Amino acid sequence: MNYKAFIAMLARDVRVARRNIVALLFQTFLQPLMFVFIFGRVMVGSGYMPPSYKSLLLPGIMALSMVGTGIWAVAMPLIGEFQFTREIEDRLLAPMDISWVAIEKVVAGTLQALAAGIMVIPAAWLLLRPGVDLSLHRPILFAVVALLVALFSACGGLALGCSVEQTHIGLMFSLVVAPMIFFGCTYYPWSALANFPIMQKAVLVNPLVYASEGLRATLVPQFPHLSLLAVFVGLLGFNALLLTVGLRQFHKKAVS
Amino acid sequence: MAAGIRTSELRKVYNTAPPLAAGPGGAFSFAAKRSKGKQPKPEVVALDGISLDIHSGEIFCLLGPNGAGKSTTVGVLTTRVKPTAGRAWIGEHDVWKEQSAVKRLIGVVAQRPNLDFSLTAREILVFHGAYFGLGSHERNTRAASLLERFKLTDRADQIVRGFSGGMMQRLSIARAMMHDPQVLFLDEPSAGLDPQTRLLLWEIIREYNRSGKTVLLTTHNMEEADALCQRLAIVDHGRVIALGTPQELKASVPGGYLVRVRFGQHSPDLLERLKTLPGVREVRSTENNSADLYADRGGSLVSDVANLSVAAHAELCDVHISEPSLENLFLHHTGRSLRE
Repeated sequence: MNYKAFIAMLARDVRVARRNIVALLFQTFLQPLMFVFIFGRVMVGSGYMPPSYKSLLLPGIMALSMVGTGIWAVAMPLIGEFQFTREIEDRLLAPMDISWVAIEKVVAGTLQALAAGIMVIPAAWLLLRPGVDLSLHRPILFAVVALLVALFSACGGLALGCSVEQTHIGLMFSLVVAPMIFFGCTYYPWSALANFPIMQKAVLVNPLVYASEGLRATLVPQFPHLSLLAVFVGLLGFNALLLTVGLRQFHKKAVS
Repeated sequence: MAAGIRTSELRKVYNTAPPLAAGPGGAFSFAAKRSKGKQPKPEVVALDGISLDIHSGEIFCLLGPNGAGKSTTVGVLTTRVKPTAGRAWIGEHDVWKEQSAVKRLIGVVAQRPNLDFSLTAREILVFHGAYFGLGSHERNTRAASLLERFKLTDRADQIVRGFSGGMMQRLSIARAMMHDPQVLFLDEPSAGLDPQTRLLLWEIIREYNRSGKTVLLTTHNMEEADALCQRLAIVDHGRVIALGTPQELKASVPGGYLVRVRFGQHSPDLLERLKTLPGVREVRSTENNSADLYADRGGSLVSDVANLSVAAHAELCDVHISEPSLENLFLHHTGRSLRE
């Protein structure tokens, strides 16, 4: 591993992210915060939702922002850079194994997802207050879950970005990302699916379930949630799977 | 320390669409490759046993038409294409087994500009230097000097997305030189360049070579190969069909001159008589009552050919004279023009 090249690539991604910071902020926060405003403020304020929904919603919104940011941050540049212009070639020709180019993308995506997660909490809290009951009693566990969620989003971005052609980006969002969000227990806890037993089992193949439930377990443990053991097994398993698939697809794209 | 390039029986068969830069490659065949009763996958043989020994400090050229296998050869040598069989070395390093060491030694200019569109011209050079471990001061100085050398200083701090094709090509070459590689690969470097920039590029390549560096360039432009290269290999259908200095190769064409003639009607007897003309070394019958005469003279042969055609009652319809050139050599070996 050539750490100098690796750090230089991270610096390159930071430079590009800094250059596009305004677009990046809108892309990361606009949709989740609009959702927070409508469901947490308007629906609760008008009595259609119970006040406790505010606290239940926040971890899901955090998972949503992190996963959306990580996938977008890794998949979209990769899809573009592997296409016609093959912009990624200068990095593939850097003196290190090409797997590290992919891993650098994952690290950059993880950092962006973590930043999104950390920033969305106070933003959403400000929008929702008063009545948000967060309890950070286990900060280390929360940090580990947040890190695994960010890593999952970046690994997912790698796997998707190296498997989807530019012409199929729309399809990727409607066939993969949108169902993942709606069946990802972001807006409701997993236990709420008890009346739909088949669906409750089926959604367990969705890694976002473990992300939302993991953040729920560490931020608002007063609500029902999946056990932390299930969360860790789910997130670690999906991270390993997506990273393996992503690296394999990356190699297939990078070397003909 | 300069490094040479060697390949041994390189073979590459694509069974998916080859990458853009590698071109469509050689012949399609629908043979083998049947899997689970599905439609057979088309196979493209891009390289069919290429063996080369390019000396360190040499400007070597791969000359051939589009799809001959030039870009695939460069792809293999630069770690971007995995060979189906055979081996390749840069210096003492096996290209496939010691990729990082090889990548340190090489600079690559791809056929299509593959610049980082999210960065400015200066940033592209500076980050490239950083990937290769150059210190901050060194990479900034080198970037400034290369931007100046390639006449890009006034656009140095602009995002490259809006650059013209020629500017992108110049920046691609500057980037390839940024880490001062021992071996420089240029895949069709002058495609799309105006004549003035092409001359600037040739001068830069010669200057780079004078510092002892090895240069491998691909082209389908014979003038470029003739003007720049110390040795060249003519490649067609993934095979090397001739190799040597431009002078040696041109001299290897029988006679050197090529006189292409077309008659009003086919006459085997006339072809036999053409062979007896003084200076004619070889006569090849081609399509449409035409013939290629390889001879050691050009214009002075025309009157003799005309006299013979009158005597044989075969009207002489067209004559084209080519002076000794690499184009003649390609035609002699393949029966096709490089431009076809």
